[in-house]
Amino acid sequence: MMSDVATTPRRIGRLDLVGRQLDYWVTVYKRTWRGSAVSSFVMPLLYVTAMGVLLGGFIEQDPSTLEGATTYLAFVAPGLVAAHAMQTATGETMWPVMAMIKWSRTYYAMTATPLRPSDIVAAQLLFVTFRVATACGVFLLVLAAFGVFASPGGLLLAWLAQILIGLAFATVFFAFSAILKNESGFAIVYRLVVIPQFLFSGAFFPIGNLPPTLEWLARLTPLWHGVDLTRMLLLGTVDVPLALVHVVYLGVVTVLGWWFAASRLTKRLAL
Amino acid sequence: MSPSQPETGVKTGQHAAEAPALMVRARELRKAYGAFEAVRGIDVDVRPGEAFGFLGPNGAGKSSTMRMIAAVSPPSGGDLRVLGMDPATQGPEIRSRIGVCPQEDTLDNELNVRDNLVVYGRYFGIPRKEVAERADELLSFVQLADRAKAKVEDLSGGMKRRLTIARSLVNRPDLLLLDEPTTGLDPQARHLLWDRLFRLKQQGVTLVLTTHYMDEAEQLCDRLVVMDAGRIVAEGSPLELIREHSTREVAELRFGVGEHGALAEKVADLAERVEVLPDRLLLYTSDGEEALARVHERGLSPVAFLVRRSTLEDVFLRLTGRTLVE
Repeated sequence: MMSDVATTPRRIGRLDLVGRQLDYWVTVYKRTWRGSAVSSFVMPLLYVTAMGVLLGGFIEQDPSTLEGATTYLAFVAPGLVAAHAMQTATGETMWPVMAMIKWSRTYYAMTATPLRPSDIVAAQLLFVTFRVATACGVFLLVLAAFGVFASPGGLLLAWLAQILIGLAFATVFFAFSAILKNESGFAIVYRLVVIPQFLFSGAFFPIGNLPPTLEWLARLTPLWHGVDLTRMLLLGTVDVPLALVHVVYLGVVTVLGWWFAASRLTKRLAL
Repeated sequence: MSPSQPETGVKTGQHAAEAPALMVRARELRKAYGAFEAVRGIDVDVRPGEAFGFLGPNGAGKSSTMRMIAAVSPPSGGDLRVLGMDPATQGPEIRSRIGVCPQEDTLDNELNVRDNLVVYGRYFGIPRKEVAERADELLSFVQLADRAKAKVEDLSGGMKRRLTIARSLVNRPDLLLLDEPTTGLDPQARHLLWDRLFRLKQQGVTLVLTTHYMDEAEQLCDRLVVMDAGRIVAEGSPLELIREHSTREVAELRFGVGEHGALAEKVADLAERVEVLPDRLLLYTSDGEEALARVHERGLSPVAFLVRRSTLEDVFLRLTGRTLVE
């Protein structure tokens, strides 16, 4: 072979570089899965018992005010699942990301190898997707036992919707964590962004009950799109154009968030 | 170019015509962080198989240079080729053939000693079976085989550094980058590490290291550059640098506190050059004993004195007016 053949070494592909991180994430998961398995089984039971069964028992049901649900339990169950997707995704992309930047400095070890920051982001988001898919999968199966869902097909689609909700939040929070200088910012964001969305984005009550301005604000939040999409699918009340709006909204957030996360982490690690 | 070079597998790219195979080739290389220029236009050539050192005080630009060579920090200006490739566009390809031992520990405390090597090896696309074999080999090489299952946080500083070196070798690199490899280690740990690095060099691995220890540079480096404030102020083998920038011997005189400045004038004619440090006077001369005798003849009696050969520390002092370790 002539030497100029060697001057262009084989380019290492994206999929290859992402796949090489599988062993790392499997090792991480092996260490933590017991805790997360218990919480993803117990948490839904606690929530659905407290909110759906007990609190719901006090709520006088007029189906016309519950967005197509016949009981409060059936109304709140999809909201709880979507909120759980958000909580799982944000929890996995705040402290863990900052830890890998600042405390364990794992990202610096990774970028000393062929991996690029964008490959690291991709692999970690796949891991978060896996966490959301398993956590919400268990959640949905537990809820299914209460007999509140319309059809198995809707259940499956709702499960896929949780992955999209999880990705929308995970990508944006990953980007945020990659910018943030220290962890005190997380407490603020948790109180001002995560908790208000959890409470006011239609998971626990129809947002029509909010004053008009707040209702419109609620309609702009990613969680409302996620909750409404999940509820349609689980209750079998799909409004196709609106469902498409939800999917496109969450999809666009995911794409922008992903791009932003990769570019911010690249910048952060290059310093 | 000799045909015996392919061991390092150096690919010279478009520079093949004008330059021999170089592991690292930098021209007018710069790195700026906002308004601050850490590296201000340096030229560096690292040849296959040599041990090359960047010597300089903290803040000289050594680590910034190393991070550019490691293809993790994009240069702000100038031209850089590592293994004949461009770090800006061929980062993954470059990094798959180099090993990096960073200044700050980046071991994974959550994984045990052996898993740190295995997981890291997988990032290079090394098959699982092979990476397992290499991990065991490397643990023996750095004398940590009996700690394979230990937690990283239970290791001593020297052991962690050895594990980091083992990790940096898992892809069998052609070029090994070591950023202050022995800073913070006790003398025993340093000598063990030096021995391992020396063995690697004998196996043909090119070493590039930064240090602010003169003895480390003298022990390990075939060639080095002295950096100060982002620039290269001297270049050569340790011996060449000493010959060029210092005298053969140095007489060190220690007088009472605060007297050194005034006494320097009284002995100025006894040496080629006199350096005043806070705690002693350095007389640079070809014959230190002779200079010392003349000092005594003048009725001056230092509290302590010593004649020694010139070292890289003296070179550095000469070039920058400062000592290396402050």
